[in-house]
Amino acid sequence: MAEHMTGAASLIKSLEHAGVDTVFGIPGGAILPAYDPLMDSKQVRHILVRHEQAAGHAAEGYAQTSGKVGVCMATSGPGATNLVTPIADAYMDSVPIVAITGQVPSAAIGTDAFQEADISGITMPIVKHNYLVTDPAEIPRVIAEAFHLAGTGRPGPVLVDISKDALAAQTTFEWPDELELPGYRPTTTPHGKQIKEAAKMITKSKRPVLYVGGGIVRSGAAPELLQLAELTGIPVVTTLMARGAFPDSHPQNLGMPGMHGTVPAVGALQKSDLLIALGTRFDDRVTGKLDSFAPDAKVIHADIDPAEIGKNRHADVPIVGDAKATIRGLIDAMATRKDDIDIADWWEVLNGWKKRFPLGYEEHPDALEPQYVIERLGQIVGPDAIYCAGVGQHQMWASQFIDYEQPGHWLNSGGLGTMGYAVPAAMGAKAGAPDSVVWAIDGDGCFQMTNQELATCAINHIPIKVALINNSSLGMVRQWQTLFYNERYSNTDLQSHQFPDFVKLAEAYGCYGLRADSRDQVDVVIEKAMSLNDAPVVIDFQVHRDAMVWPMVPAGTSNDLITTARNLAPAWERED
Amino acid sequence: MTRHTLSVLVENKPGVLARISGLFSRRGFNIESLAVGPTENPEVSRMTIAINVDRLPLEQVTKQLNKLINVLKIVELDEGNSVQRELVLVKVKTDKGMRSNVLEIVTLFRAKVVDVAPETVTIEATGSRDKLEALLRVLEPYGIKELVQSGMVAVGRGGKGISDRSLRPVDRSA
Repeated sequence: MAEHMTGAASLIKSLEHAGVDTVFGIPGGAILPAYDPLMDSKQVRHILVRHEQAAGHAAEGYAQTSGKVGVCMATSGPGATNLVTPIADAYMDSVPIVAITGQVPSAAIGTDAFQEADISGITMPIVKHNYLVTDPAEIPRVIAEAFHLAGTGRPGPVLVDISKDALAAQTTFEWPDELELPGYRPTTTPHGKQIKEAAKMITKSKRPVLYVGGGIVRSGAAPELLQLAELTGIPVVTTLMARGAFPDSHPQNLGMPGMHGTVPAVGALQKSDLLIALGTRFDDRVTGKLDSFAPDAKVIHADIDPAEIGKNRHADVPIVGDAKATIRGLIDAMATRKDDIDIADWWEVLNGWKKRFPLGYEEHPDALEPQYVIERLGQIVGPDAIYCAGVGQHQMWASQFIDYEQPGHWLNSGGLGTMGYAVPAAMGAKAGAPDSVVWAIDGDGCFQMTNQELATCAINHIPIKVALINNSSLGMVRQWQTLFYNERYSNTDLQSHQFPDFVKLAEAYGCYGLRADSRDQVDVVIEKAMSLNDAPVVIDFQVHRDAMVWPMVPAGTSNDLITTARNLAPAWERED
Repeated sequence: MTRHTLSVLVENKPGVLARISGLFSRRGFNIESLAVGPTENPEVSRMTIAINVDRLPLEQVTKQLNKLINVLKIVELDEGNSVQRELVLVKVKTDKGMRSNVLEIVTLFRAKVVDVAPETVTIEATGSRDKLEALLRVLEPYGIKELVQSGMVAVGRGGKGISDRSLRPVDRSA
């Protein structure tokens, strides 16, 4: 039965039908009609943020902890353009979000009207799909399609732009029983023949590696991955997006590959004769210079997105399908062949690397090391907490020095590398998993891009905790200046040991503010922060600025050129 | 690099052309020619896209195109198994008594004169790229005053249609 209501009411009712319980957003002129019925919704909680970028990242954080599609809302023009960064972020990291924006009235579209921006045109390259709705009757169908597209197949962002007159007009509401998306048929079931082919190749391999990416997390395939790894005994490397997809405590886990990966993980890929790539996309930060990446390896590449297969590296056995279904298929196919696998020699090499090249860092005689802070945080807080990071040195250290045991407990801006991601993502993560402890591990540069959301957290009782790794610099950029620009530090000194006073800033926002600048204070402030749950906490860890992220493969060079410290390369072939 | 012809069935919705041309430019693929028009089904448009790429990037082009929600079906048409046609309108100078020579060429190429002015004739010609190139080469010495050319359209030979079984509703649980 069709019900009569405004387009705006139809939108809110559609969101309710789509199962939405949380929306992050800011109202404004063109989206105003939607905010009126939103006020009466018993199901949808709207969290009023301070900047639309934060609404988008919060939706990403929420999606990753709740397992649902995240939702953000903004008005036309600048409201919508402020969503561009988080939409691009969600696109790169395959995070399911729906962004709803108001648009100027349809008669004014194309006239350079006040607060007009062609947001569907602007976002075309960074969305899975988008819509411009000017007919209110289309609202329920478009919302149903948007949620379906965002959450299925390879997840991603979908934008729905609705003109103000469509929101204000009278229409009928009818939730569609079935969707007509003839051009959208994601392949989720892998081809049996390809699975068999892969199993044959695995059996023959002498130096196989399970190279797993964020697809494992998105697909919920971590239990299956564990089963496959243990069945075959094959080593696992977990990309930045897959930290936690395989337990760090597991002896088969070699750590993260890539530019700042562990020597065993990078070495395993380089010396491998078979990469079993699952839900991963051969990103340049993993492969280094492509034509010298894993030169002796054949490749089994499984991904739900066929366009990823063969994009950067030729796949000898391509498998299109959902990671969970694919790994289940591989488990079945390997069950009878597992005794044929002989990789004892390979493990001897790998274990040698693990022993000789553990992750570590240089101790500083009289200043606090950022790595120590992050290491202690992980040890004290434990693997049940959710950790969010932005981009830069703090992100790499948070990936390296915290042991992740479960998928979905490590959120970061992997593909886009968005400064300012951590605080709003942590806010969204906490809203999506209110019973979990959520830590944002942030740099002082990143933090100053979105820290206004501390107000949102304080007001809405979202008690996140922020470990501010404050080295008073744009640390990663400074590291590159140290290594590649003759230590000429052009515009990377933020002076944030003094400006601002982060403890006062936290307090001004209604949060607890703590500070530590020496090792003996670190445990004390972390434990203090863990005991404070009635408001957000910010700890200003004042660390020294010369710490660098190691190991490192310089950008655009071969992974073989990995260095474990400045001018120190591992001797691969040493036998001992 | 070799020339490839893709026939793409798309939903007839606003913005589809922008989605496709935008995808080509941002992924660094060069479109040589593009033609869009309606089909036997009013909800579906058909694009014929000619591109110069190697085999591997071509695979990437079709995979990326297939990811667009409004793209229904992509078929590569090779020259042997398809009819490929372009249309050209060309205004040729016919001063100094050259009109009869030009008209002879028109007849030879089975083209048509669609407009005549005291010092020019406008010729309409359709055909394969090779034929039209040959025509233009022969007309060149007389002086081409204006030239406009359509994108190529192509259709597969034989009894089968491209749109057979291309419209299926999506499974909600997928």
